[in-house]
This record gives sequence, C-alpha cells and structure tokens, in this order.
Amino acid sequence: MGGSILGNRVLRKEDPKFLTVGGKYVDDLLDESLLTGALHVTYARSTVAHGKILSIDTSDAASMPGIVAVFTGANLGLTPQPATFNPMVARSALAMDKVRYVGEPIVAIISETREQGEDAAEMVIVDYDILEALTDLEQALTSSTHIYESCGSNAVFDTTALGMPDNTGDAFFEGCEVVVKQRVLNQRVAPCPLEVRGAAVAWVDGRLYQWLSTQHAQGARDSIAAANGLDASQVRVITPDVGGGFGAKIGSYPEEQLLGRLSKEVGMPLRWRETRSESMMALGHGRAQVQYLTIGGTRDGHVTAYQMHVLQDCGAWFDMGAILAPFMTRPMSSGVYAIPKIECRTTSVITNTTPVVAYRGAGRPEATAAIERAMDLFAAEIGMDAAEVRRKNLIPKFDEPHTTVIGQTYDVGDYEVALDKALNAANYEELRAEQARRRSSGDVKQLGIGVSVYVEITGGVPPMGETAKIEITDDGRAIVYTGTSPHGQGHATAWSMLTSEQTGIPMENVELVWGDTDLVPSGGGTMGSRSLQQGGVAVFKVAGQVVDKAKAIAARLLEANEEDIVLDRDRGAFHVAGTPAVAKTWAELAVAAKADGGLKHEEMHSVASATFPFGAHVSVVEVDTETGKVSLIKQIACDDAGKVLNPLLLDGQIHGGVAQGAAQALLEEVRYDADGNPVTSNLADYAFISAAEMPDIQVVHMETPTFVNPLGVKGIGESGTIGSTPAVQSAVIDALSHLGVRHIDMPCTPMRVWEALHGRK
Amino acid sequence: MKLSIKVNGVSRDGDVEPRTLLVQYIREHLGLTGTNIGCDTSSCGACTVHMNGESVKSCTMLAVQADGCEVLTIEGLAKGDEMHPMQKAFMENHGLQCGYCTPGMVMAAIGLLKENPSPTEEDVRIGLEGNLCRCTGYHNIVKSVLAAAKS
Repeated sequence: MGGSILGNRVLRKEDPKFLTVGGKYVDDLLDESLLTGALHVTYARSTVAHGKILSIDTSDAASMPGIVAVFTGANLGLTPQPATFNPMVARSALAMDKVRYVGEPIVAIISETREQGEDAAEMVIVDYDILEALTDLEQALTSSTHIYESCGSNAVFDTTALGMPDNTGDAFFEGCEVVVKQRVLNQRVAPCPLEVRGAAVAWVDGRLYQWLSTQHAQGARDSIAAANGLDASQVRVITPDVGGGFGAKIGSYPEEQLLGRLSKEVGMPLRWRETRSESMMALGHGRAQVQYLTIGGTRDGHVTAYQMHVLQDCGAWFDMGAILAPFMTRPMSSGVYAIPKIECRTTSVITNTTPVVAYRGAGRPEATAAIERAMDLFAAEIGMDAAEVRRKNLIPKFDEPHTTVIGQTYDVGDYEVALDKALNAANYEELRAEQARRRSSGDVKQLGIGVSVYVEITGGVPPMGETAKIEITDDGRAIVYTGTSPHGQGHATAWSMLTSEQTGIPMENVELVWGDTDLVPSGGGTMGSRSLQQGGVAVFKVAGQVVDKAKAIAARLLEANEEDIVLDRDRGAFHVAGTPAVAKTWAELAVAAKADGGLKHEEMHSVASATFPFGAHVSVVEVDTETGKVSLIKQIACDDAGKVLNPLLLDGQIHGGVAQGAAQALLEEVRYDADGNPVTSNLADYAFISAAEMPDIQVVHMETPTFVNPLGVKGIGESGTIGSTPAVQSAVIDALSHLGVRHIDMPCTPMRVWEALHGRK
Repeated sequence: MKLSIKVNGVSRDGDVEPRTLLVQYIREHLGLTGTNIGCDTSSCGACTVHMNGESVKSCTMLAVQADGCEVLTIEGLAKGDEMHPMQKAFMENHGLQCGYCTPGMVMAAIGLLKENPSPTEEDVRIGLEGNLCRCTGYHNIVKSVLAAAKS
C-alpha cells in the first residue's frame, strides 16, 4: 500500500482550465440560458463626499439611446435600513436624502448595453447642498458635524460602551523605568481583487437566482433575501469562479442586493459589473486605524505595561470594519509577548470615506503592527537589539492553552524557535555586520533589518464549524459538497487530497461542489483562514464516515463481518482481510446502496475554538538616503500553520500574503483630498505592488500541530501579511535609526522617508 | 465598422461600434472570455493578448485597429491537449491562484521570452511590471517564467 498523500507537494487540478480557456467568472456567463437577453445595470454615484441631496434629475439620462429604465431610491420606495451592530446608523441602498462618500450609489440605470448605461449615468444631474467633508478620522471624532445625525456623534462603537474598561492614562506606567509613546497610522488600503465586483440575476419560477462574485454564497443569500423581503428559500446564489476576494467580498453590497428588485421591475434578467474606478471607491477598504501606543518597562529590556487606544475608521457605513478593532485587534494586543499589564480601548468612527470591511488579516495585522512597532520603539529607547528585546519578552513555549492578560487564549505556541529559524535563515549576524560597515562608511544606500514575531487568530469567525457531504456515484467517483468557497486557494486540490486519502478514490475522480446555495444550503464560506481547519476537516471526517458505510455494505455483499472488511486504498476496493481477490469496488457499493438512498454521508464538523498560527519574519531593505527610495531586497518568512496538507498551496498563500504586507508597508495608501475626493481611484494612481518591487521570498517551514482539530492544521491565508507588514516597516526605520529616525508611518514612500531624514520642507 | 481579424488561426469578420475596444470584441463578440478585464487604465495587463506576435493590452486599442491582424489569445495557445511550455511552467510552479490575471500574465510572459529568451530574475520582474497579480506575490510567476525559459 502506498504512503499518505497528505503533506505532499501536489499540483493543482484546477489549473489546466485556468491556463487554457480561463476561469468562468461572473462576467463570463455569456451562454447561461437563464440570462438570455439580460439588460445591464449601471449605478450613477455621488461625486461629493458629504451633502444633502436637493434634487435628482434623471430625465436626460432616461432619454438616452438604449435606456430601458432609471430608478431612484424614491421611485423604488426604498427606506433607510439600520446597520447590524448600531441601529442608529441607517441608510438606503440608493442614497436619497444625503450622500456620505464619493462613490455612494444614487441612481440605477437599466440599459440594453453596458456602454449605454455608462453614457446615461453621466447625464444624471444631482443637486447637492454640500456639507463639510470629514475624511480624517480624528477630525470626525471631534467634529460637531454628524454624518449620521441621529447618532449624535461620529463615534459609533466603543469598547467602553461594551463594558470593557477604559484606559487609565499615564498612571498605568507608574514604576516603569522607560516609557515610550507614539501615534501610529495603520493606513487605509484597497483590497484590489483583480476581478472587481459583478453579479447577474434572473427570476426563475418565482425564485431569485443571483450569480455573484463572493466569498460566502450562503451569507449573501441571506442578506439578499432580507433586502428583497424574501425568505432565504426563495433565493439561490450561485458562485462562479471568483477572481480574488481578500475579505472585501465576504459581505454583499447594496449594488448587489438591489439587483433582484430591479430585475423584477423591468421583467428581465440583469447583469452588473463595476469598473475598476468604481471598485476603488465602492468595494470596501481595509485597515484604516490610528493607534495611540504607550509602552513601558525596565532598562534591561522587560516590557511591563502596554497601553493602546485604537481609533478605527469605519468609513461612511457601519460595516465589518467597525467591529474589527474591538473584536480582532484588541484581543491580539499582547501579541507573542508575556506582558503583565495591558489596556486597550477601541473607538470606531464614521467618516466621509468608502466603508471599511475585512481585508486580509482583518484586525490582526493592525494588532501585530502596533505591538511590533511598540517593541521597536522600546528597543531603540534602551539601545537594545530588536531581536534581543523580543526574545526577552516572548511567551515561553506552551502546548497547553495559554491566556494573555487581555484575556485571549492561544492554543499552542513556540515563538522563540520561529524567531531563531527566521534569524538563522537571514544570517542575522552577518546582516548586522554589513549594516555596521555601511553605517561607518556613510554609504548612500543604508541597510535596514526588520524583525517581527507574531501570533494571529484563524478560524475564529462564526460559524465555528463547517458542513461537508460526500456522495459516491454509480461509476465510483466522489462528489464533495463544501460550504467553504474557493477564490484562488486551491480547495479542489486540497479537498480531493483529503477525500482520496480516506477513500482511495483517485484525486481526478473527486469533484468539488461549492457556492451554489441550492446544492450547499449551509456553509461559512472562505474567510478568516478557516477553510482547512473547518471545511477540510469536515471533508476528511465525512470521507471516513463514507468508508464506514461502504464497509457495512461490502460486509453484506461479501457475507462477512463488518470489522473484517478492509479498504485497499490503492485499488479503491473493499475485501475481507486476507482475501483480496474477492473485492467490491466503490462503484459496485454505490450501486448496491441505491435502494437505501445511495452511498453518501453528510455531517457538520463543529470546532471548539479558533487556532493561533504564529511565526517570525525578517525583512532587509536598502534605503537611498539621498532620495528616500526603499528597495526590499530580502524577505524571510517563517510561518507555522500546524500540519501542512500541501506545501505547494501553503507557500503560495505565504507569498501572496507577504506581497500584500510589503505593499502596505511601502507603497499602498488610499488617499482623499480636502473635499473628500478620492485621489487613488484607479490602478494608475493607486500604488498596487508589482513584480518589480518584490524580492524573492524565502519561506522557512515550521510545523507545530494544534490539538483543536484531528488534522492538527491551522490557517495560513493571512499569516504572511500579518508577519511581513511590520517587518518591512521596521526595516526601513532601522536603516535610518543611527541617523535619529525613530518612526515613519506606512506607507514608507520616498517622500515620507526623505522627510523623516531631512524634516518637512 | 466592419473588420476582419484572424483570431487563434481562424478568420473572423465582424461589425462593431467604432468605440469598441479589442478586449470587448474578443470577449463579447467572439465569446473568448479567457481574456479578462481588470482595470480601466491599462495598468493591470489582465487583457494581454498577442497581435502579430507581440503582446499588447487589448483594452488599450480599438477593435478596428486590429483589422487585418492576427490575434492570439490564451484559448489559442495549447495544441490540442498539449499545453504550451509556458502554461506547463505555470502549472508546475504554482504560478497562479485565482486565475484572473493568468491568461494575460501567460501571454505577457511568452512575449517577454520572445524578446529576451534567457532573462535574469530581474529581467522577468521588470518585464512583467505591467501585469498585476494580487494572489501570488509574483514569486511563483517569476519562477514559472524562468523555468519556461530553461525548457
């Protein structure tokens, strides 16, 4: 019998399609018969950041060629709908009385072709009474202009209102020999999946069918049903291939929720696809925190107190971004360190900017960035090496759950080994020697070395579990139904490996079904690095159950005891132990089980808790002290996600995560002008990282299995981003630390670096 | 306006609005949806195809500009079941994840090797600067192109 396939570098079975004819994304559904004759939807959007709508004139737009219908919120009888976590924040799917950010949809246009809709959108005339645009988070916090008047404040969520203790100020640091304070920006970035949002809708026998580019079809079904006043059973969401999500496609958006209603109004199926420029304004953004950090400790390097006040920019809507600071950043404030005292208050603030949602890491990168920045500042203050100060404060290795002082329990951790592996792979001592050489020679290009050690939460978002169903077909193939939702991760390969491992059915005979809510009614989608530890484990367990069921049938057919039946995985056949010549194949057993409803099993796999992957990154940069230009020349990533199912997929997740982290540290930032106009609203203006700015990434493997699930696996989707962002930022500052630079906010653009060196001119 | 383009070896006659972009023509008129649209500023390269053997961003030209030309898209690359060496290299080196940038990236990479058959890692990185990928961190894309260059 062959060895286990698990843990092997297995090539992706989904690739041939993507490489030869391309994926079938929502905008590619040209031959879907239910969409025959579909019209196109275009949204006319707000061009001002904050204003009262005085009038909307759609008459010119409606008379343009090919325009079938034009709808305002008033035409459709829309009413403001409250946000989930704060009912005082309410808006309608199309803005009616007020607009709150540039890009907010106001008018829906239905046209025969997409181009006609775009032309007509230009002809919509909206008269505004322009109000003060509050794009700056701290300005919004103190302003008497309230973006949602009924809230009485722009601060819409605060940990103190949840009964968590307020910060106690400087008194908290009494007895500390060293105290360092810093205001840190964790800037607003755009997730930028390469496929923008898109959807198509048709009413089929009184039910709404919606094809949607989403990370979570079941969640979208529920929110679309609610927005359309339908029961969830009346909506079918179908997920085609999805060209990336990165968190921004977890929830469904007003533009998507409105399509069913619009389709009903015009009696035709509809297609909608935003442009990239629209996407940059209306697909949710990420991060967007200002952090006030204070760290205190002893001169010999022990951190004894850490205090953080996080201001979370929600953008102009109470979306998921508003709750990331209290529920993701705050719990992870201690990071990998044994800090005896921590205070963390978070305040979420509405601004006249694009709503903030989850973005790769969603709250955890911000926590890691904060504590790692604080550690560096503390190290600089006491003149200690960045790696050494970390080592002194790490939580020692634990294989029983460990609870930090802020109250978060981690499963397993071995942080010092991760740090050592990363430092060794980087040749840390040699790098420091090279740095010293360049410093003493006054080299124009200074070398910077950044170190980060992190821990994060994966699989921590409800539902805490996942359903899997496996059916064996009459010809012996396995059809696997999963509530997780691939958009690049390689689920088809990974779930086939797990199924094949248990059943012996070859990977090519395993078919994956996902993202169609009629075929997979319950599921948690793919987000928060949950897929393998919940969905994958569910598939693995259910495959085992199917084997047990098959053994029972084989026992009946072979007139033997069930416990004497063995599965020969190499052949995919069952026989009595010792008599392999007389065997029953999967196909034969599936046929035999037909009378009893077929050979299949479905089960919900519940998990007791999240898992807490960890790791250490080392970044090496060259900083041109004359121009401020930063080159990332080396990135070492040691990410421990527990047992590895497929190192090919693991490395791919790390690489992508690292690039997004480096992008935030060095390049990317969503910016607005003083009037609230976005100035980074396309890919020419937004500094999306390219191949030319990335170095080769050195991945260092480490496997510390978790006890939380039977496969010992944790999530890996976000770790690379969480570890790399602070390491890269730290490297830039480290390059200039001998010149007195202590902090540079992200992104460390040439201008910011130059200003840090030479002062603002 | 009438136009005639040889696409993936087959002559196709069409009649388009003058403003129709080549990528729209390929996708919407010819139904070849392997070529994707990722931006509206010619920044991302998802729409890269070959015209008369050179890689072009098909969102940056009008369909009528390709009149009388030969266009090759991702769908025309494999010979039957036999993938092009660049396609194979992307598969073997995990040079793709969500697949959205992939057709354009593969076409651009083939164009790159035509101009420079033995590129260094840096050549590949600079050569692919106009093709954006959000999933792979470019690491395995670069590896794929270098592997294809060797094969």
